[in-house]
Amino acid sequence: MSRNQDTRRDGLEGPPPEERQRPVGRRNGQGIRVDPEVEADHEPRRTTISAYVADEPGVLASVSGLFHRRQFNIESLTVGPTQNDGYSRITLVVEEPDPGIDQAKKQLRKLLPVVHVRELDADPVACELVILKIDGDEPDKVQAITEMYNGETLDAGPETITVQITGDEGKIDDALDAYAQFGIREIARTGQAALARGATETARVDETHT
Amino acid sequence: MSGEPKEARADADTETAPTEVETGADAVVRALENAGVEHLFGVQGGAIMPVYDALYDGAMSHVTMAHEQGAAHAADAYGVVSGEPGVCMATSGPGATNLVTGLADANMDSDPVVALTGQVPTDFVGSDAFQETDTVGVTGPITKANFFADDADAVGGDVGTAVALAEAGRQGPTLVDLPKDVTNGAAAEAPGEPQTPSTYRPPETADPEAVAEATDVLAAADRPVILAGGGVVKAEACEELRSFATDHEIPVITTMPAIGAFPEDHELSLEWAGMHGTGYANMAITMTDCMLAVGTRFDDRLTGGVETFAPDAEIIHVDIDPAEISKNVEADYPLLGDAAAVFEQIAAAMPRSPSADAWREQCRAWKEEYPMDYAAPEDDPVKPQYVVEAFDDATPDDTVVTSGVGQHQMWASQYWTFTEPRTWVSSHGLGTMGYGLPAAIGARIAADDDRSVVCFDGDGSFLMTCQELSVAVREDLDLTVVVLNNAAVGMVRQWQDAFFEERHVASEYPWVPEFDTLAEAFGARGFRIESYEEVESVVAEALAYDGPSVVDVHIDPEENVYPMVPSGGDNGRFALSEDQL
Ligand SMILES: Cc1ncc(C[n+]2csc(CCOP(=O)(O)OP(=O)(O)O)c2C)c(N)n1
Repeated sequence: MSRNQDTRRDGLEGPPPEERQRPVGRRNGQGIRVDPEVEADHEPRRTTISAYVADEPGVLASVSGLFHRRQFNIESLTVGPTQNDGYSRITLVVEEPDPGIDQAKKQLRKLLPVVHVRELDADPVACELVILKIDGDEPDKVQAITEMYNGETLDAGPETITVQITGDEGKIDDALDAYAQFGIREIARTGQAALARGATETARVDETHT
Repeated sequence: MSGEPKEARADADTETAPTEVETGADAVVRALENAGVEHLFGVQGGAIMPVYDALYDGAMSHVTMAHEQGAAHAADAYGVVSGEPGVCMATSGPGATNLVTGLADANMDSDPVVALTGQVPTDFVGSDAFQETDTVGVTGPITKANFFADDADAVGGDVGTAVALAEAGRQGPTLVDLPKDVTNGAAAEAPGEPQTPSTYRPPETADPEAVAEATDVLAAADRPVILAGGGVVKAEACEELRSFATDHEIPVITTMPAIGAFPEDHELSLEWAGMHGTGYANMAITMTDCMLAVGTRFDDRLTGGVETFAPDAEIIHVDIDPAEISKNVEADYPLLGDAAAVFEQIAAAMPRSPSADAWREQCRAWKEEYPMDYAAPEDDPVKPQYVVEAFDDATPDDTVVTSGVGQHQMWASQYWTFTEPRTWVSSHGLGTMGYGLPAAIGARIAADDDRSVVCFDGDGSFLMTCQELSVAVREDLDLTVVVLNNAAVGMVRQWQDAFFEERHVASEYPWVPEFDTLAEAFGARGFRIESYEEVESVVAEALAYDGPSVVDVHIDPEENVYPMVPSGGDNGRFALSEDQL
């Protein structure tokens, strides 16, 4: 580092970029080293993440704010109380490449009220609820479909019929398709609630919090 | 650090027994005292007045800043220099929103800061009351944690938790919002020792098997480097870094926030890498085959485009925050834990030193090929690099250097030779113009009296917070502000030259104030440098002046910062001059 009084130039001296040594490797846009020959960007996949959280004011805002801020693609979010007073379970369905899912879990865990986070296996026990209001012109046909999907009629009048269907996402999508022919006026859908299958714990409930 | 109470302050011989408090505000003050807080930076106002009132009989000193942004930056710099959380205070509404820039800055650089904000009484919250802002909502995304204190009995505990969290694990800013009825309300019990919540458990030491695997890879490397990030300084791991690097003769690169973590005059030092890092650091970081990266978040100003970042390297990433692992750059060997503890594990597990003679020779050769020599002909206006070197030469190694944001920040960090940690205090992740002067105030209060504090500022950055000179004068703070005045927001002008066909929109000032005269108006000493002959004597005089001084240096307005990696570019293809961009 010295002052060079003789030369008048813009910038510094040294070999220009094209004369320098070059590395052989390359990374992809996610910072993962790849074989220069193969394109290896991760494909997004859909998964369910369950978070066990302290029931503090603002916790839902923190979680949704986090997902928005970090551009994690979120398909649904549900929240509800658990068997332990003061703690809730948040179920998130996200669609992201593996590194994004990993980040989402870790960033979620960093929020102070979040006690535990787990990604559920490919086949969790998952369920959602939909309520739909259908044109009442063909009550018998509507009733037949409701029975087919083990649904329930909540309200029926001369103009509209309101039914509820519960089940996994695929079943609800199918039911919606089936009702479409009668004219669906309104839909309210909850998004997924989920638990891990079998005896596997969904999210560890720490001793200090039970 | 999690959960461990801090040592209580010794001198608690006040009249009230330490277990008693009367109000929520007393509890707030007691919690700060319990945490060992000695200095506060802030601005008064309606909603925070009860807390200020509770300071009346206490031993903590408070510096009234000119603007709450200044309070946050001063607290931030206090935190960086002292290693203890810096505490800032503001009233509700505009007071709190004025803190936002400083908190966002601290959040990006993981600096330990605690903010206490006044709030309208709880009954009024949500009614758009006078000076009501949803402070917890606004600051949620830019704090490590924040709390709305709704209970006078719990408020002391909230403040203790905020202080403990700011310095535990990965450090960062925390905030407690204090409604006026809570601070005025009766508090039954004094707060205990500050503690982090039981759910907060940062990792301490890494998995020994993972350490063994990682050290095998490092020992087998042909072209190893250590990349030391700000976490090394935060974890007080600089000694461990130094002995590990020198024992195994591994070249060391730092990130900007880690400048000073490893002495830049050491033969293994390649200084810092990234957008304006040295050519040799950028060559080494590009060509390495094994990188031990410690306490860094692989910011894009460091990596450039990730596609070309250390593409041949196996990366061992040590961090206390699991979310940093493989966030931007994939870690082949993640090691979770405190940097100092993991360094010790690595040192103990290292099977042998890598055989890297040829690589070290290569690094030395790069230092010769890409010297940081700038041209400074006698008849040109003064070069900023020369002024930085002149101040460096005239001050001891433990001098604290702060900066604004822009070209001057890069010249200061490139041409000052840093040899000690916590001597470079700047705004890295957020890049906040105006950081320099309030940071110098915080640094001055944190540093021992015999140390010098120098702030390198740009004319644009200085104009953003120069009102804080009033504070430096009132508090009689010995610090020197060096304005590298190019009558432009120079960094913007440099980008316009390179990427916008020299179309200088809103980057050059047709007129700038006389900063030396302005300093005198504030009651500080003002100096001016317009030619090389003046440099030596003015530097000596300004440093010798016992109080705040401002040196207005009219630098070459054409000077640009090199080397430069354009944003998203390839570190190995750094430009040495504009025609290479
Ligand atoms: C608060 C803020 N506003 C705008 C910017 C964008 N910006 C980055 S560098 C720069 C120029 C800084 O000018 P000056 O402080 O005079 O320093 P110089 O580059 O001339 O040394 C600007 C405007 C910023 N970093 N921070």
